Formats: sequence, structure tokens, C-alpha cells
Amino acid sequence: MFPTILFFVFSAVLLAAALGVILARNPVYSALLLVLCFFNSAVIWLLLNAEFLGIVLVLVYVGAVMVLFLFVVMMLDINLEELRKGVAGYWPLAVAVAGFVVFAIINVIVVRHLGGAALRAAPALPPGYSNTRALGEALFTRYAYPAQLAAVILLVASVAAIVLTLRRRPGVKPQDVAQQVAVNARDRVRIVKMASEKRP
Amino acid sequence: MITLTEVLTLSGLLFAIAIAGVFLNRKNIIVLLMCIELMLLAVNFNFVAFSRFLGDINGQIFVFFILTVAAAEAAIGLAILVVLFRERSSINVEDLDTLQG
Repeated sequence: MFPTILFFVFSAVLLAAALGVILARNPVYSALLLVLCFFNSAVIWLLLNAEFLGIVLVLVYVGAVMVLFLFVVMMLDINLEELRKGVAGYWPLAVAVAGFVVFAIINVIVVRHLGGAALRAAPALPPGYSNTRALGEALFTRYAYPAQLAAVILLVASVAAIVLTLRRRPGVKPQDVAQQVAVNARDRVRIVKMASEKRP
Repeated sequence: MITLTEVLTLSGLLFAIAIAGVFLNRKNIIVLLMCIELMLLAVNFNFVAFSRFLGDINGQIFVFFILTVAAAEAAIGLAILVVLFRERSSINVEDLDTLQG
């Protein structure tokens, strides 16, 4: 019973925070409410016995992606008034489309119960079950090559992000280390032999 | 007792809120990216719920890969956003009409 109450409490907070994300006037508040969303989702995933993914959600999303979002939001000097102008007229369309999506999903899940499959309780986990161990066993055996591919995707993404934001400003004179190292003394210094002279 | 119905309903509501967000914030690219993150979260909820209720670990592997790709997408999307803001001094979607021809 207690996990069910927890589930409903965290679901309510999750939906409220998601509404806050799309309704907040300031993108900084949106980003912070999205962090709240991810924390609540992590708790619900823990309740669903997906412990490893719950922790990964907090570490990867809250720790990396949302910090990146906040960093970009605060770095850009955005004119909020300009972005808000004329947006208020779209809410009937937004409510209509969202209502239709909810109707379609509810019809499949709640009214038809996925053909009765949705009413069954979750199967009991075997004693001594470890979610991390089960996930690791699948990931490093059957999904070993996809895991490598995921690593390559992350590498490519980080290289792409750096290359995209790299700034080449004209007119700046930075150090060229390779050029400095390749220099020889005889290119720079000319030694002249001459007789000594008296001080005038 | 939590049943599959409740988790799937939660994920459906989350997805609908994200879609409404795309309509409501259609000028602000940053909030649009956040709405996409919310949609991916709703999809991940489905995978986790089915994985638990069908007793199959492969659904959680999928969530793992979706998280990976979403992180890559957020990084590249924000990098493009920063370059865009440097060029245009604006993140308004209506200002991005260079490719209209």
C-alpha cells in the first residue's frame, strides 16, 4: 500500500512540475522545474524496480544535461518580451491537440486495458534479484556491440559540440606552439663579426 | 498496488503536456528542447513500465540507449543554439528563415 501512495504523490508532483516547465515565463524556472521532473521520475522508476536507471537518470540528466541547459540559458541574453509576444493565442490549439492525445491514449489503456494485459500485477522478482546485475548481464553480452556504438555516438556528439562552438576570431594573434618549437636560432639571430671600436 | 494502467496513463499525460508545451512555447527554442526532453522521458516511462510488468530486462536496455542518444542530442542542439545566438543575437524561431529560399 505504501509504495502505491508514494507513486501517486510523486506522479502528482511530476505532472505539476511538467506543467510548470511549459507555463513558466522565465526559461531558468523551466529548467529548474525540469530538474524536479527528473528527480520525481527517478523515484517512480525506483518504485518500479528499475534502480540502476533511476540513479542514471539523476546522474546523467540532472548532473550533466540540465546543467548544460541552465548554463546555456544563463549565458544567452534573451529578450523574453519578444519571445512571449503573440504566443497566448495558441493555447486553444495546444489544449485541443493535447486533449486528443490524452483521449487516444486513455482509450487504449484505461478503457480497453490493452486487452486485459494492463490489469495484471507485476510479476514477483526472484529472491536476491539485482537490477544492476541483470542489466549488466544483458548489456555486456547480447548488447555488447550496441553499447560500443552508444559510446561512439557520445564521442562524436562531444567532438561535434566542441567544433560547432569553437570560435575563430579574425585579428587575434594567438600563440602557435608548433611554430614556436620549430624555430631555429639561426633564423632569428644574426651574428656579425666586427672589430671593437673606441667609445666616442 | 501499482498496475500497468496507472504508469502508462502517467506517461501519456506527461507526453500530452510536452506536446502542449511545443505549441505554447513555439518561439523559444530552449523551451522547445526542454519539451523534447519531456517527451523522451514519457517514452522512457513506457519502456520501464513494460519491462517491469512483462518481466523482460530488454526494455531497460532500450531506456539506456535512449538516454545516451538524448544526451548527445541535447549537447549538439545546445551547441547549435549557442552558434545561432552568436550569429543572430536571437533565439526566436520566426527569425530563422534563411533556408526558406
